[in-house]
Amino acid sequence: MLRDLSLAYKTPLRISVLVILTAILVTAALVGRERDELRRDLIGHSENVARVLTKTLIEPIVHDDAWRAFEIINTPFQSAPGGRSSQSPEIVLVLDAQRRVYVSTRPPEYPMLSDLARIDPEYATVQEAVADLRTVEPTAMTAPKSNKLYMVAPIVSDGVQLGTLVMGYPSSIFAQRFAGLIQRAGLVVALVLAILLPAGWYFGRRIAQPFVDLAGAMGKVGRHLPEDLDYVVTYPGRDEIGRLGLEFQRMLSELRDKEALEKQMIASDRLAAIGRLTAGIAHEINNPLGGMLNAISTFKRHGPEDPMATRTISLIERGLTQIKETVAALLVEAKVESHPLTRQDVEDTHTLVLPDAQAKDAQFVWANSLQGTLPLPSTLTRQILINLLLNAVQAVRRGGEVQCRTALVNDALHIEVVNDGDHIPGEKLPFLFEPFSLLSRDGHGLGLWVTYQIVQQLGGEIHVRSEPDETAFTVILPLKKEHEPQDVADLVPG
Amino acid sequence: MTSLSRRSLLAAALLGSLVGQARANEDSPPFRIGLTPVFLDDQVSFLNDWRTYLERRLHRPVRFVQRGSYRGIVDLLKQGQLDFAWLCGYPFVRYRGQMKLLAVPLYQGKPLYQSYLIVPAVDTATRSVLDLRGRVFAYSDPDSNSGFLFTQYSLRRLNETPADFFGRTFYTWGHRKVVEAVAVGLAQGGAVDGYVWDTLARSHPELTGKTRIVERSPEFGFPPFVARASVAAADFTAMRGVLARMRDDPEGAALLLRLNLDGFEAGSPALFDGVEAMVQAVGAP
Repeated sequence: MLRDLSLAYKTPLRISVLVILTAILVTAALVGRERDELRRDLIGHSENVARVLTKTLIEPIVHDDAWRAFEIINTPFQSAPGGRSSQSPEIVLVLDAQRRVYVSTRPPEYPMLSDLARIDPEYATVQEAVADLRTVEPTAMTAPKSNKLYMVAPIVSDGVQLGTLVMGYPSSIFAQRFAGLIQRAGLVVALVLAILLPAGWYFGRRIAQPFVDLAGAMGKVGRHLPEDLDYVVTYPGRDEIGRLGLEFQRMLSELRDKEALEKQMIASDRLAAIGRLTAGIAHEINNPLGGMLNAISTFKRHGPEDPMATRTISLIERGLTQIKETVAALLVEAKVESHPLTRQDVEDTHTLVLPDAQAKDAQFVWANSLQGTLPLPSTLTRQILINLLLNAVQAVRRGGEVQCRTALVNDALHIEVVNDGDHIPGEKLPFLFEPFSLLSRDGHGLGLWVTYQIVQQLGGEIHVRSEPDETAFTVILPLKKEHEPQDVADLVPG
Repeated sequence: MTSLSRRSLLAAALLGSLVGQARANEDSPPFRIGLTPVFLDDQVSFLNDWRTYLERRLHRPVRFVQRGSYRGIVDLLKQGQLDFAWLCGYPFVRYRGQMKLLAVPLYQGKPLYQSYLIVPAVDTATRSVLDLRGRVFAYSDPDSNSGFLFTQYSLRRLNETPADFFGRTFYTWGHRKVVEAVAVGLAQGGAVDGYVWDTLARSHPELTGKTRIVERSPEFGFPPFVARASVAAADFTAMRGVLARMRDDPEGAALLLRLNLDGFEAGSPALFDGVEAMVQAVGAP
């Protein structure tokens, strides 16, 4: 249970436990020391009082002045107004040489001349201690049963023991002050915890948050990267956590690149396969088709003048001609003889498409920065431009905008054609360049296919980016030192 | 010399003579009056007020002298170091030849008082001093009539030996302290000046409330003011007059009220015959 708890709670909890434990241990140590000091203080204080009292009691005892002895043992403990001070003994006794009560602070219970042991058996041990006393210094002792503290001090004059002073403290004297101490310590601990716990919780959360984010992001990575997965390292440090985050970020971006590459490869593989298939079929159709058209031509020239036959032959010829056109469109003819691309070639396409754009009231933004001639086949480049521009003009909404930019960047011709028409949904983009694509705006759905094939043959790249209100086609054609367009036929087996 | 300075010189001389006269009064030897705990002699502010009163009436400085026991005052008086003393009847009777009776206070209209035998209030059984056999007993002062002599005398009358009758005895050197000793239970019985107990009952009822009067003695002459035998007749008369007139002026009456006394009268030595008889019976120590 606790093991599976999120670090977001576990870390603050651990810190809290640590804080509480520390507070308790430190307090316990301090309280323990304080308690020892309390006891030492009390005993020290008691010893001092005992020393003063034993000195002062000598004269009254020598003079047998019981009243003065009584006044002396009473005075030090009546100073505190409103009751006895917390350090006062509950009883002070003066025992005579025979260890009977000489005077006491509680005469009704401990009358003069009474035998202590008979009043309270506990005093038997005190009396024994008095009898065994070999020192003239005050001595503290604890009664075995009641746990009361007794300070026993002999009253000695000129080496003769005149009597003994006994000061009895209640067993609660420590408990009382100790309870006060605990209370104060508890208050301080509560205050400290009130400050430290929220701080600990805050820092615990701060420590845990990067892990939580990381784990959350990692959890989303399955077999495929979800589109919305975006992990940005916000952790400022470059410690293990920071490095972990950066590594994950890098891994994620590599994964994303890899996935994009895979998609692209699949798409181009498919397009290549389709290209080969189409080219193959086209060739196979082209050969008999040429024969058939020749036969029809011969028949029309030399055949009998049969109106029925002539009409039928014409019908077949039209059909075959249509097939030939279609096949010709499929067969991208790269080997067409053409001059290198000039600025004027590009400008011509503008002139060509402009009327269509004007028909739709579309704005035509034209930016041609080419100068001189480029080592690129003009026919094919113009075909690419015309295809893309016609598509754009067709897609642009009425009164919209079509942009065309051509520029030379890093030994490559960059063509960008943008329109603000309805955008192409993302899931359809991979099939955009297939022949007869529903999206192709060309008459027979081959415009983009042909464009793609030409770009491939020129060793260039074509990209499409489609967002709402903006669809952009970008073509990059590398310039070749020696203009040698690849023959599409070379790609076709057989 | 201008007239102004001459006039101021005159004024200064006049002033000087006045101051000189006052100083002469102050310089005259003070009356030294010994006080004993036959009354509540621990009221310092009262003593200051009384001294001031006496000084104004006597036109002489007055010094009160207090000692821990009656004996100390009696000794000073006998040595001539005191002019007057407020003593107990017992030492007055014993040293009658060395002192003169100056005045006797009037308590409840009479120059008489009693000795009380008190026990702690919690002791409800004791009916007479005989019940205190073997107990702890508090005397006031060995030279006190009410706080010692009468108890000794009573025990003799009862055919007891005072020295052995009680289990233990001690002196508190003051009537008030006898009351305290009995009140806290340090002593199980005590002999106390009845006038002091009554006065304490007015000012400190919580203290006397812890004690119970078991026996009251017959009336004796109230502890008297005495004068040393050699005191000047004029001083004697002056002092006696001031004391006797205290009841006649408001200030003196107020002081008497604080003393819980009605006044002072010249008194007769015969007042102390009862004490004398007891001294004879007990035998002077």
